[in-house]
Amino acid sequence: MNTSPTAALSISGVRKAYGAVKALNGLSFDIRQGEFFGLLGPNGAGKSTLISIIAGLIRADEGSVAVLGHDTVRDWRTARRQLGIVPQELVFDPFFNVVDMLRIQAGYYGAGREVWPWIDEMLERLDLSAKRTAMMRSLSGGMKRRVLIAQALVHKPPVVILDEPTAGVDVDLRRTLWAFMRDLHQKGTTVVLTTHYLEEAQEMCERIAIIDKGVVRVIETTEALLNRHPFRFLTLKLVDGAELPASLRELVTTEKAGAVELKLEREKHPIASVFAALRSAGIGIADVSTRDPDLEDIFIELTGKALSSAQGASK
Amino acid sequence: MNANQLGFYTLLKKEVMRFWAVLGQTVMAPVVTALLYLLVFAQAMSGRAEVYEGVTYTQFLLPGLVMMTVLQNAFANSSSSLAQAKIMGSLVFLLMAPLGHWEFFFAHVAAGLIRAALVAIAMLVVAIPFVDLPIAQPFALIAMFLLAGGSLAVLGIIAGIVSSKFDHLAAFSNFIITPLSFLSGVFYSVHSLPPIWFKASHLNPFFYMIDGFRYGFFGRSDVSIWQSLAWTSGFFIAISSVALWMLMTGYKLRK
Repeated sequence: MNTSPTAALSISGVRKAYGAVKALNGLSFDIRQGEFFGLLGPNGAGKSTLISIIAGLIRADEGSVAVLGHDTVRDWRTARRQLGIVPQELVFDPFFNVVDMLRIQAGYYGAGREVWPWIDEMLERLDLSAKRTAMMRSLSGGMKRRVLIAQALVHKPPVVILDEPTAGVDVDLRRTLWAFMRDLHQKGTTVVLTTHYLEEAQEMCERIAIIDKGVVRVIETTEALLNRHPFRFLTLKLVDGAELPASLRELVTTEKAGAVELKLEREKHPIASVFAALRSAGIGIADVSTRDPDLEDIFIELTGKALSSAQGASK
Repeated sequence: MNANQLGFYTLLKKEVMRFWAVLGQTVMAPVVTALLYLLVFAQAMSGRAEVYEGVTYTQFLLPGLVMMTVLQNAFANSSSSLAQAKIMGSLVFLLMAPLGHWEFFFAHVAAGLIRAALVAIAMLVVAIPFVDLPIAQPFALIAMFLLAGGSLAVLGIIAGIVSSKFDHLAAFSNFIITPLSFLSGVFYSVHSLPPIWFKASHLNPFFYMIDGFRYGFFGRSDVSIWQSLAWTSGFFIAISSVALWMLMTGYKLRK
């Protein structure tokens, strides 16, 4: 484990139990400064508990968290100034309009008028300029989500945590948000993302940790993670809807619309061997395609659960 | 550890903006209610003998009503703000911010006092053309306002922290604040009570708050001003210790 004091986030031996349920079971890893980091896991894996511990909303039973070297318990004030967190729930204060809410939020962090131009820039970037004097309670869900994102960034934190920022939001906001986060990341901001949309994590994150049952199952660069498992997928459509020979049936992962998908280990099952088996069984191929594993496949491989099934629930 | 001064001012400003946004409900409504009490009781009790020598019943009643309204509004301000933020989830913005328990505490107490002062001033401005009210001891008056209003703002912080739904808050208000303020000698001198109730009144901290406040106007009261100051200061220190402990440990705020 890298315990560099200059890690953007250093999570060390964090445990948290709710009665007999161990939400976090000795979690340890570092997130380097300037990384775009994905924190993935099935529902109940402990992601939200971990984020709440980092934010100071929940106290860990054991272990510690440091933000840019500042312990979140002993040196909480400095640690919190370095952090911007977009909460998962759409929470808002109904008494204020958008721009007042953002100025108030900046003030909590000791930032005054000097950040007002930054607030205007964020309103512009997040397509909120037209709503700057609209009351929070009058905004749609998507607009409230934009304000939450702006609130987390208002004090220009070097470390930003986005907890399911795109759950239930339209394509437009996703595009706007990711363009904005890419810009911030390029300027040196460390971004930590949790999401149910694995294609987002695959596209945006340089490194990914998959946690399950309160422990880290794997932590690797996205590229290494995708290359970690030496398999690929082969989709076949057989002539006249013929049945696969028995030797290939154990490789089938899905079957739909007359097509079958086989999961092939590169060393053990070269594609040529599949074609040879079909040829010797006298079965003709009507159509064929291949694909490399994506993050969803890796996720299933590691956790035994599909994240896409939870995705529907979060929408 | 350095205090977050701007954070404190921002939280205070936000708390003032919150009640200012609904001024009709937070300041005007309690003033009207209190003035209606004054009108009705002053009429109904107009034939009653002077409570203190040279002090009519209406003169006696007004400071008590002002203090009762101060207490109820100081409590309402901090309790409703905190409970609402907790129930609606927006409290996370405060809990995640670099704000310490002192800043949190003083911002809420100061905002409660500002609202209470506005209510008191509005009541006096409207009532004074009709009721001749001297100010015999201005320092005692201000001290009692700050200690009593501050105490109820602190009690509001505690109520806001322990309430997990609006029902809990209403119970606090209906079963603790209202009975204690009505049974504190707002409408009568405790010397007119039967002995058992006379003694019971002396265990009610609100009695000392109202009696001491009244002393500020007339220079006379049911008990010594020092006794009122001591009781109210003691009450303020005791509940402030509880509230600060809750804020420091994150009781019912952080899991």
